[in-house]
Amino acid sequence: MSYLSLTLSLSFVGLAMLISFWQRLKLERDLFIGTVRAFIQLTAVGYLLKFIFNLASWQYVALMLGVMVLVAGQNAARRAEGLPNAFFLVAPAIAVAETITLGMLVGLGIIPFTPQYVIPISGMIIGNAMVASGLTLNRLRAEITARRAAILTTLALGGTSRQAAEPALKAAVKAGMIPTVDSMKTVGLVQLPGMMTGQIIAGISPVEAVKYQILVQFMLSASVGITSMLVALFGYRLFFTSAHQLRLPSTNPSR
Amino acid sequence: MSMTDRLVLEQVTKKVSGRVILQDISFAVPQGSILAVLGPSGAGKSTLLSLLNRLEEPTAGTIYLDGKDIRTLDVFVLRRRVGMVFQRPTLFPGTVADNIAYGPSLRGEKPPLPVAEYLREVGLPAEFAARDTQSLSGGEEQRVALARALANDPEVLLLDEPTAALDKTAAHQVEELVTYSCRQRGLTAVWVTHDLKQAQRVSDRVVLIIGGRKIEEGPTPDFFYSPQTKAGRAFLAGHLTKVDTEVR
Ligand SMILES: Nc1ncnc2c1ncn2[C@@H]1O[C@H](COP(=O)(O)OP(=O)(O)O)[C@@H](O)[C@H]1O
Ligand SMILES: [Mg+2]
Repeated sequence: MSYLSLTLSLSFVGLAMLISFWQRLKLERDLFIGTVRAFIQLTAVGYLLKFIFNLASWQYVALMLGVMVLVAGQNAARRAEGLPNAFFLVAPAIAVAETITLGMLVGLGIIPFTPQYVIPISGMIIGNAMVASGLTLNRLRAEITARRAAILTTLALGGTSRQAAEPALKAAVKAGMIPTVDSMKTVGLVQLPGMMTGQIIAGISPVEAVKYQILVQFMLSASVGITSMLVALFGYRLFFTSAHQLRLPSTNPSR
Repeated sequence: MSMTDRLVLEQVTKKVSGRVILQDISFAVPQGSILAVLGPSGAGKSTLLSLLNRLEEPTAGTIYLDGKDIRTLDVFVLRRRVGMVFQRPTLFPGTVADNIAYGPSLRGEKPPLPVAEYLREVGLPAEFAARDTQSLSGGEEQRVALARALANDPEVLLLDEPTAALDKTAAHQVEELVTYSCRQRGLTAVWVTHDLKQAQRVSDRVVLIIGGRKIEEGPTPDFFYSPQTKAGRAFLAGHLTKVDTEVR
């Protein structure tokens, strides 16, 4: 794609700004900032990737993956308000999911260990794991709050916090995995995934692009499953003391 | 602290985010006796109960079970020995029998007696064992919750207004069953209620709590015939029914 056509694509933003101006949506400023940021961030990432691809050194790949995991962990933890230690739960969970999934892909010889493969595929793994861990944590909190009476009943009968939280834990893992499972059911029918679309536009045969998409879909189900499970398995502890007492974060609704 | 006191509270204070819920509460519950905890809504009665099986932790003070600081006991053992019945029973999906066996099952054990025995003790026919918990009335639910607590073979029973959510007939039946079980099994009970008549019928001793403080304590007849404080007399006269959470 030429720089001229890239510049011309700014006219799309112009169109959106016109709509905003005309309808008095007051989105012009945000649109402008978004446009500039998208341009700068994507260009920077493009050059960074080019740099890393050329270096072809695994240390830089590892560094890049580490940064991706940290940013994803921070992003997911921010959504879990009132759980101060969420980052230290979410970031390791994402790291484990990324390690296992990528390890299997490379170990089984499905993809070669080169930056061209490892970085974009890790981006998908980590991005989906990030969304899944946010969903899992929020659902965990909602379920534990809603099931307060049942949890206290189990604790009062001498159960462990794990036993008391078990139903909430299951619901939370499920909530984290559902978007991925659902998208496996409708993929190709409702939408063509971004990666596949990009490959087809770049001139790769649709049949070849589909093979990769199937791979991606399967691997995402693994990484999302691992993340949700780890986040729930370790995350429920944030809601209990070491003496197996329920400790709901922030305000205590309807006692 | 007397040898025959099963539960002893010493200067127990509970604060929640800086707010005093209970202040300097001390009393003892003699073995095999029923203590009624009286007080208006919001006085801190439920909070007090939840300290006794360590569902919550006191901010200060010590609680003893048979002379041992409960913090030194294994928390699972403590909660097996000190059973609890809530105002609104939470039964788990499944059958009545599943629910009765639930406490021991958490430790991979079975109840010491057959399920039918617990059903009999709470006045339900043996056929109830197979009933789905969804199909029960409020009174039946509370009986099953009582049977479930008893299946843990407790030594102490904490009762948080166990009849308050029931209609008059069911309330009366549950009250009799709880009293019968406590007496029959020689249990020590702490029975929270705001029903003065109920306290008079079931308890040996009374503790009156208002605004997080112990106002009166004594044998049930003494409390009802000659309360020692103005607040106690006012409470008995029914003048103090509103929420009074100010700690003075
Ligand atoms: N965890 C908590 N967070 C905030 N407030 C609480 C908490 N526990 C108890 N309280 C407050 O403490 C007071 C006593 O509550 P409670 O023990 O339920 O009283 P009672 O059972 O006598 O009606 C109430 O004002 C209640 O709102
Ligand atoms: Mg209460």
